[in-house]
Formats: sequence, structure tokens, C-alpha cells
Amino acid sequence: MGLGLVESGKMPKPLTKLLNLSRSYSMWVYQWGLACCAIEMGAAFASPRYDVMRLGVIPLPAGPRQTDLVVISGTVTDKMAPSILRLYEQMPDPKYVISMGSCANCGGPYWDSYSVTKGVDQILPVDVYVPGCPPRPEALLEGVVLLQQRIKTEDMAERWTGEAIVVGSDG
Amino acid sequence: MTAVTDRRQLQQIAARAADARVNVELETEGMTLNIGPQHPATHGTLRIVARLDGEQVIAAEPVAGYMHRGYEKLSEVRTYAQATALMNRIDWLGSFANEVPFILAAERLMDVEAPPRATHIRTILFEMSRIAHLILFLGDMGVQLGAVTPVFFAFRDREFVLNQIEAATGGRFHPYFDRIGGLKDDLPKGWIADTKAVMEKVRTFCDEIEDVLMGAEIFETRTRGIGVIPPDVAQQYGLSGANLRASGVDWDLRRDNCVGLAYPELDWKVWTHPDGDSFARFWVRLQEVRESTKIIDQLCDGLPSGPIMAKVPRIIKVPAGEAWVSTENPLGEMGYYVVSQGDLTPFRVKIRSASFNNVSITPWLLRGVYVPDIITILASLYFILGDIDR
Repeated sequence: MGLGLVESGKMPKPLTKLLNLSRSYSMWVYQWGLACCAIEMGAAFASPRYDVMRLGVIPLPAGPRQTDLVVISGTVTDKMAPSILRLYEQMPDPKYVISMGSCANCGGPYWDSYSVTKGVDQILPVDVYVPGCPPRPEALLEGVVLLQQRIKTEDMAERWTGEAIVVGSDG
Repeated sequence: MTAVTDRRQLQQIAARAADARVNVELETEGMTLNIGPQHPATHGTLRIVARLDGEQVIAAEPVAGYMHRGYEKLSEVRTYAQATALMNRIDWLGSFANEVPFILAAERLMDVEAPPRATHIRTILFEMSRIAHLILFLGDMGVQLGAVTPVFFAFRDREFVLNQIEAATGGRFHPYFDRIGGLKDDLPKGWIADTKAVMEKVRTFCDEIEDVLMGAEIFETRTRGIGVIPPDVAQQYGLSGANLRASGVDWDLRRDNCVGLAYPELDWKVWTHPDGDSFARFWVRLQEVRESTKIIDQLCDGLPSGPIMAKVPRIIKVPAGEAWVSTENPLGEMGYYVVSQGDLTPFRVKIRSASFNNVSITPWLLRGVYVPDIITILASLYFILGDIDR
């Protein structure tokens, strides 16, 4: 409905609010588990203790073409980077990226390795950084909540201008 | 022996292919199926390229290296303490178990021995990381066969074990608790009693998993007789850990060559299974979790008092020399060959990790199986990608 309106920024305000609200509480997450963080992501998304579904986030999409959010969790190597970019390009707009863990943020403990990409933000735009090695599942959930808050007040036409969220940076 | 078995397998495949060609209409074209590098069944980023004839695999090739982080090179520019923090992350599920052989190798070079209390606590944490590791396997095995409930059980009960590790070390996932000459801290108050309660929960979990999966018709038919590894082939490919014991080879480094850990004083059993199929590998790991809980109970009862740190200089310079230490990690034999030239950093570290050898058998093992069985066999082999690529 009215996709041209969204892109041109002429969407009526109440309608934008409604769309944003529904988008923030029906996010399908693609779990891009790479290393240690994948297990903590599994604990956050698939365990009864943390249970991400109560936040309106569904971690079981059939493929990247049906997702709104991708969580890159773990060490991105130079060999893996092209596949990540390819799957990111397959996702439909509007799409969001959570970079989980120090490795995906900046290279982490492998900052001087010859085979590790120093941060997934070198190849795709990141919306939320979750620091930690690995971050606790609660930290990932906070990242998801902060992203939902941003989506709720988002101007859909100017989505790309916002700065990335860093979990735990402002208390 | 391999040549004979190979020839037999090839003959079988040729015979099946001939059967298929009897009716020309049934003849199928060859197809290449790419599994991974991101696939839930590969526990991370292993890629398997399988050539298919109909639904049967003719040849399967594992493509490793998607998680290669250059460990051996990085540890040449890290001090021993820094390298220990890295070693945690090789096999990320059993992280404390990775530190131990590296620290033991450094201790051997320095001619330092950890006090008995430190050795006992090390063994407790070693077994706890094994439990946290294998619980996830037991749950994951169900998921690969389409049963989702076991993984919820696994994540639920794994949290209790992780809480205990966190209470003792401060790290939920990567403790970095082992030091050359002992441990960083002593155990907190009340930890022993809590641990015993958690071990009771883990035993209940094992019973639950047994109730849920074993005896279920789908589970039995999809694992019994699938992916059989004969003992001689297992030994030739250098398998270790539960994969080897499931083929009937009674070999466990904890019992046969125990270095620096408290296993010889304990009463426990090495489980083997004669079948060598996917079910056997599942069954052996299930028994190992139970055995680990018994080991921890015994260690908690007989924990000696005393210091937890030997006398070690503040700045650690390891004397020149070479040392090889390997231990029985959750995935199999893990060893470090540390070469020192008397510097702050190791001169060279060769890492022998279990998963690399365990996965190297896949081209042999996957030949002739059906496509759905690839998933079961990979799940039952149980590897961690960081452990393969390092």
C-alpha cells in the first residue's frame, strides 16, 4: 500500500505511525550465526529463559528474502564476507542490521589477524552495535528493543541518515 | 583395509547405479548440491559440496576455512596470558577445556606444578564445560531430525551449568580462568552445594532426553545403521573422542594418558558402543554427560584445601624448549605443541584440534548415503567450526 508515497516522503503522518508500530513488533530475524556469539544468540532467540518472541521478534524466517532484520554474530572472515554481502542484498527494504560481538563490530581479539575482516560495517551498513565478547543474551535483547524504539519514531523516507546505536554507551 | 572397504563401497554404488539404469525413464542426471557455508546443520560455517545421483551422494567434499582466524600465527605475537584468552575461543562451547592443555604445556616448560586444589578445581571446570558442550549436542541432535522440543530442554538446563561457571570464573562463556601455575581465584562460598544441585538437574535432563528421543520410531530409523564407521577406518582417519568410542575403540585420554588433572583418583567409566552409527555416537555422548556429573560430584566431595596458585614470577618468561600436551576435550583429543625460545611469547604453537580430524572422514562417510542422512551424520559427528579452521 502506497509504497511510492513512502519513498517520496509524502506518507500521511498517522499512517506512518501505524506502519512503524506494526513494523517494529513484527520483525523477522535472520540469524547469521558465525562463531561464539551464535551460541549466545541461540540462547537469546531459542531458549525459554530469554525468549525473544515476547518482544514481537520472530527468529524463524524461511530465508533472507523474508526478513527485516539480520543479526551478524561472530567473526567475519574475508572468505565469508562475500556471502554476507550477497545475503544482505537479497533482503527486501526496509532492512536492519545488528552487529553482535566485538569481532563483528571491529575484529575483536583478532584485530591483527591476516584473515579476519575488521568489522562487518566495512561491507554493509550497521544499525545497532552490541559490544561484548560474547555479549550476554540480555545485551542482544536490549539491542533489539533499542532498534524497535528507533523504528517507532522513524521517518521512513530518511531512514539512512540516522547514526548507529551502540548498546550500553549512554547508560 | 581402507582400500578394500573403499572398493566394496564403490562396487555397491555401481550396483545401485546399474539398478537405476534398468529403466531408462528412471535415469537421473547428476547434480551438485551445495550445503552451507551458512546452514543450521553445519553448526556454523562448514560448506559441503555434494555430487548427487538422484537422491544418493556420489562424492562429498567439505570446504573448510570460512572461520579461519589465524590462531597459530596470532599466538606468536601474544604473551602466554594473552594467548590463553585467545585459546578459549577455538572450540567456543567448551572454552575452559581449551585453556587447560595450553597452560599445562607452558607449565611443563617452566617446570611448575599447580597445587592439588587448583588441579581439582580445574578438573571440575573442565567437566562442567564438557557438560555445557554436550547438552547442546543432545538437544541439537533432535532438531536435525525435526524434533524441536529437545533444544528447548537443552538451552534451559544449560543455563544452570553456565550460571555455575559464571559464579566461579566471572565469565559465562569464555572464563579465561586458568593461569600458569594455578587458577585466578578460589571458588566462591556455597558454590559446592549449588553445583551438586545443578548436577542433579543435569541428570534429570539426561533422563528427559532419553524419554523424548530414544525409542521414538523416527529417531531410531533415522540414526540406527546410518553413517557406520568401522573401528579400523575410524583409527586411520585419526578420529578421537566420542566418535571413536562409538565405533567400539576403548580409548580415552582422561584414563589412558592423564596429565595434570585429577582423573586417576576418581571412580568413573569410559563408555563405548560397538555399532559405530549415528545412534551410537548419540548414545555415547549421553552416557558421557552422566559420567561427567558423577565425576564432578566426587570432586566436590573430596576437594583438598590449600593454595590455588604455585610460586610463579610476575612477568612470565617461559624457558626455551618444546612441549606437547593433549587432553580429552569434549570433542576429542586436543593438543598443543608449544615451542619456546625463552621470550615473552611462544615461538610457535601447533594446535591439534579434534574436529579437523573428525570432519576429514566426511568424504568417505557420505559416499553413497541419501541426502537427508547427510544432516543426521553431520549432526552426530558433532564438530565446532572454530575447532576445524582455528
